[in-house]
Amino acid sequence: MNKPATPNSFRTGPDEQGMFGIFGGRFVAETLMPLILDLERHWNEVKNDADFRAELTDLSTHYAGRPSKLYFAEGLTKHLGGAKVYFKREDLNHTGSHKINNCLGQILLAKRMGKKRIIAETGAGQHGVASATVAARFGFPCVVYMGATDVARQSPNVFRMKLLGAEVRPVTAGHGTLKDAMNEALRDWVTNVEDTYYLIGTAAGPHPYPELVRDFQSVIGIEARAQILEREGRLPDTIIAAVGGGSNAIGLFHPFLDDKEVRIIGIEAGGRGLDGIEHCASMNAGKPGVLHGNRTYLLQNADGQIMDGHSISAGLDYPGVGPEHSWLRDSGRVEYVPILDDEALEAFKLTTRVEGIIPALESAHAIAHAVKIVPAMDKDQIVIVNLSGRGDKDVHTVASMLGMEI
Amino acid sequence: MATRIDRRMAKLKTEGRPALVTYFMGGDPDYDTSLSIMKALPGAGSDIIELGMPFSDPMADGPAIQAAGLRALKGGQTLVKTLKMASEFRTGDDETPIVLMGYYNPIYIYGVDRFLKDAIASGIDGLIVVDLPPEMDEELCIPALKAGINFIRLATPTTDDKRLPKVLQNTSGFVYYVSMTGITGSALADTGKVAAAVKRIKGHTDLPVCVGFGVKTAEQARVIGANADGVVVGTAIVNAVANVLGPKGEKTADPAEAVATLVSGLAQGVRSARLAAAE
Repeated sequence: MNKPATPNSFRTGPDEQGMFGIFGGRFVAETLMPLILDLERHWNEVKNDADFRAELTDLSTHYAGRPSKLYFAEGLTKHLGGAKVYFKREDLNHTGSHKINNCLGQILLAKRMGKKRIIAETGAGQHGVASATVAARFGFPCVVYMGATDVARQSPNVFRMKLLGAEVRPVTAGHGTLKDAMNEALRDWVTNVEDTYYLIGTAAGPHPYPELVRDFQSVIGIEARAQILEREGRLPDTIIAAVGGGSNAIGLFHPFLDDKEVRIIGIEAGGRGLDGIEHCASMNAGKPGVLHGNRTYLLQNADGQIMDGHSISAGLDYPGVGPEHSWLRDSGRVEYVPILDDEALEAFKLTTRVEGIIPALESAHAIAHAVKIVPAMDKDQIVIVNLSGRGDKDVHTVASMLGMEI
Repeated sequence: MATRIDRRMAKLKTEGRPALVTYFMGGDPDYDTSLSIMKALPGAGSDIIELGMPFSDPMADGPAIQAAGLRALKGGQTLVKTLKMASEFRTGDDETPIVLMGYYNPIYIYGVDRFLKDAIASGIDGLIVVDLPPEMDEELCIPALKAGINFIRLATPTTDDKRLPKVLQNTSGFVYYVSMTGITGSALADTGKVAAAVKRIKGHTDLPVCVGFGVKTAEQARVIGANADGVVVGTAIVNAVANVLGPKGEKTADPAEAVATLVSGLAQGVRSARLAAAE
């Protein structure tokens, strides 16, 4: 892969065709193309519309609880004995993760477009819960597609979605994980074109989804940047976030992309190791291909068939990644490194013990990398880790990993 | 440069009947069986063959074609083998047009230039790639047209008059009208609406218009064929294969024969289509 020329700014993408370099695009069936163009038109109308922004800000503040705190993780900092570690507390948002940021933005868009029905895909269930939440709040019927494997391992979130009035449709195709749920959501959309809004949960899919999801999630990085400047009087040395599809990561990273002194690290699910096939490290072990409407790094075989990955974390269990991450990888601006299941589990336990915070297993991957690099850093250096969600949903998974019954 | 598709369509026009376009999944349930199905198609009355390229994530397909693709992949089918199947077929039939149908990723991974070269060498006449709308024409459509392979585009009920010219611009061979918004194998749409849509598209192009998605029976083929230049049948054929496979994938009857029986009936349907129109 040729390294693209370093641009003047890393924040100008995508282009008019929805491309970030060779990544992104609109690889969808003709049936969906007019819908995607319609979505793009509405998105271009609202993205700089003061009324839309005001409504979203009001909801973010009073409904979701923004701004989320930037917390100095003193216990973890002492334990590691190196740089100061801060957590961006997306786990404190309404519904318990960063997913609400995107859902509030998109539900307002759906309302403006006059749509009558919401569909969504979900892996860990965090996006499903956030979608069901905003659908309940705005009075939309909501169908959530969820892989059957994920339905089994994320039962608390399945129950929450049902309480919120959403219909959860388990998907048995493939391995029954996020990729299969996304296929099924696309099949629903291609069938119900008149009235349905597809609320994609991550910064992937056909243009304009990667852009609009990123913009709705960028509130994370905009806040974090202002908060650290206020608190420390300078930018952080390193920022870290976990990458499945990559929405929490792009949300944190994007406002920092042109701050050249800030090292940016995305964490992929290393699963049981990159030497086998039981991982989801598409940018470390995959190659560019086309799936779910965009070109991006994918886990695939020599024939271009998509592989089912593995991660302890349902939210990272996806064989692709948002196209902007692929571009940031190739351009060299962001490093992407894998963290193994076991390392994430140790970070989960450590954070719980020394901080009194139970992190989502997704976020535990990001913390695990901080655990690796922070001890070698100077005490006056600063690391921000995106604590993208809370771990209550994962206690059953963790208990079974630890051989305990609850 | 006239392709086999152009020649076949011109011939059928002089015969005054629509084409029967048959889709089957390459490699389902295994290479040899699938090749025998392909060889049986022209004799049973198929005018154009759509050779399905299996893909792990067929997001526009219903359960029947999804399952067929998985059977093929499990049976070891690859794009290399699908091209080989076409060239083996060509040794005995140099007339029947072959259109490869599937999704872009396997072609992208194979490499577009290498794919087009090998496709031509294998006797492929056209391509239908579901996830390449006109907005992505630079990827494969333009190179395919330059190489002399027809690029057959899907038009759908959501493709309005404003958008149709863009969809038709680089389309060649024929236009594939998707009869409804939905996935393959769904129930057939209101045939009156389909006829009106075909008429609408014909107002924008001289290309033949074939209609697919939802056509399963000879009677439906007859009704749709009354107004269209061709009728595409896929899921019913794939089901004919599935129906003669046991729970472990073992063959309980000859899949090629099962497909031939179905296709013969469909062929009678399209051959009586214009009589229906004249009634």
